[in-house]
Amino acid sequence: MRDTPLSNCERLFLLKAIKEKKRLDGRQTYDYRNIKISFGTDYGCCVVELGKTRVLSQVSCELVPPKDSRPTEGIVFFNLELSPMASPAFEPNRQSELLVTLNRQLERCLRNSKCIDTESLCVVSGEKVWQIRVDVHVLNHDGNLMDAASIAAISALSHFRRPDVAIQGRDVTVFGPEERDPIPLSIYHMPICVSFAFFLQGSFLLVDPCEREERVKDGLLVIAMNKHREICSIQSSGGIMLLKEQVLRCSKIASVKVSEITELINKALENDKKVRKEGGKFGFAESMPKERITTLKRDEAPVEMTDVKETADDIVQRTETTTETVPSPILVATGTAQIGEGIVNSWGLDEDEDDELQTEDRKTDEVVVITDSEEEEVVILNDQKSKKTSKQK
Amino acid sequence: MDATSRLCMRTEMELERSCPVLREYGSEQSLLSRPDGSSTFVQGDTSILAGVYGPAEVKVSKEIYDRATVEVLIQPKMGLPSVRERAREQCVRETCEAALLLTLHPRSSLTVILQVVHDDGSLLSCCLNAACMALMDAGLPMSRLFCSVTCAISKEGQIITDPTARQEKESRALLTFAIDSNERNVLMSSTTGSFSVQELQQCIAISQKASEQIFQFYRDSVKRRYSKMQ
Repeated sequence: MRDTPLSNCERLFLLKAIKEKKRLDGRQTYDYRNIKISFGTDYGCCVVELGKTRVLSQVSCELVPPKDSRPTEGIVFFNLELSPMASPAFEPNRQSELLVTLNRQLERCLRNSKCIDTESLCVVSGEKVWQIRVDVHVLNHDGNLMDAASIAAISALSHFRRPDVAIQGRDVTVFGPEERDPIPLSIYHMPICVSFAFFLQGSFLLVDPCEREERVKDGLLVIAMNKHREICSIQSSGGIMLLKEQVLRCSKIASVKVSEITELINKALENDKKVRKEGGKFGFAESMPKERITTLKRDEAPVEMTDVKETADDIVQRTETTTETVPSPILVATGTAQIGEGIVNSWGLDEDEDDELQTEDRKTDEVVVITDSEEEEVVILNDQKSKKTSKQK
Repeated sequence: MDATSRLCMRTEMELERSCPVLREYGSEQSLLSRPDGSSTFVQGDTSILAGVYGPAEVKVSKEIYDRATVEVLIQPKMGLPSVRERAREQCVRETCEAALLLTLHPRSSLTVILQVVHDDGSLLSCCLNAACMALMDAGLPMSRLFCSVTCAISKEGQIITDPTARQEKESRALLTFAIDSNERNVLMSSTTGSFSVQELQQCIAISQKASEQIFQFYRDSVKRRYSKMQ
């Protein structure tokens, strides 16, 4: 499917508003949209809403043999999926340029910055290590997927717990979550991406562009930074020429934004931990807004079983009674039998399939009887062929 | 220790559930901005997010001259879609084709995308319920509504409605039915395991009774949504 087109008037209107330092949704130049982070029932499941952009992230783990080049380090694997749900332009199972860019940027931001202690994922050196897999699904695309994906991935990694492992000699025992509490990952720092969109040959810049602003932008600058003001990666695309002072100014703006977002993530993690410890309800079902008119919820409701057995018995009996209408075969002569009265079909088997099954059983008996008389083999074959022909007709 | 005690409490609550119940369920509509219709359906801890696009432009290879083409995608939370998701997609697609009035939109395509947010049993039922809510939200004409109920038959022969993942694992048969809203007929059935004819009919009867509550839930949610139109 094609994406919804953007008209020339709309495009010019957007650019004119940006020239006057205004944004269509009323934000200031350096404002982010509302960020909402909610966690699922499983450890390591996270949904991030950046305005209307929505990203789902899930972390899972598996014991695998390590790579030969690094026998003492675990493996961290990232997979970003652009779901067709997010935008009609996204087609399933197609490696688009945007997907490759986002996936690679996510890898650079999280893996190459070494924010996860991969040596603590080693169980038996050279034999068994934990492989951490991060799946990021984009559910709704309203611009700035990179920031939402990085926030979702780092939040899910911070939320994730892996099973406890005990080693005795060469035996490795993996405990379930009921036996021992799972262990969180060792995360050194939290790199977060901040995107800057440039307009009109780089004269104007906006933080956190929405989908329409992304369509009219000239260039994009993504800075991944942690709260210690360390830059983890910078990516500039779009073909504009940036001055050195512009990049420095963007990095200062990014450090402020990253501090705020890191604080938000830590607050969300603390809230979730508190709710789980107190034994309250958690999961996505609890994060549904209950006051909206588009939301409705029902409590646990019993299902009546009073007359279920009688209904089932009635149906089964109704099916069984029709079986008795099948007439028994009439023996005309030795090796010949007849069902019904000949010309007109009076079997009564037209509709139900169960009856056909039982009739087939009786035919099998007849065939056994017929094959016992060896003297009339040729006649038997002819009879079978004629019966098959009549069946086909 | 807190997590262990909490899980023990949950297990005890699950074991005490002897009579068939529907777990607490809820839905939200119009939560995504890009799709033409979207909904999320929650059954207990199982959660599905559904989006619908269409009627939209169709590829020439998939074009049907007298009716719309329905395409269903189910995306798991971890890993890539496999054969199991393809089989479920077929169940959902055929149920949607039976309910939608496709002849009103010839040479067009309808796309239903279902994202698994959490799987705690009864996944196919939750997918079908979320798809029905999303089709309603998209405003597509349908001849009837449909809902889905899953029944599990335990090793002792007891029928459990709306089973959790643990109950599904411990059962010897799992039956999923899609029931239509006009005459409570069975639109689709998907089964695994072994069961007798008697048990099949009992499960169908229980599903038909449980579907009354879900259809009433549909009615209430639409009433609540359009409560400000007056």
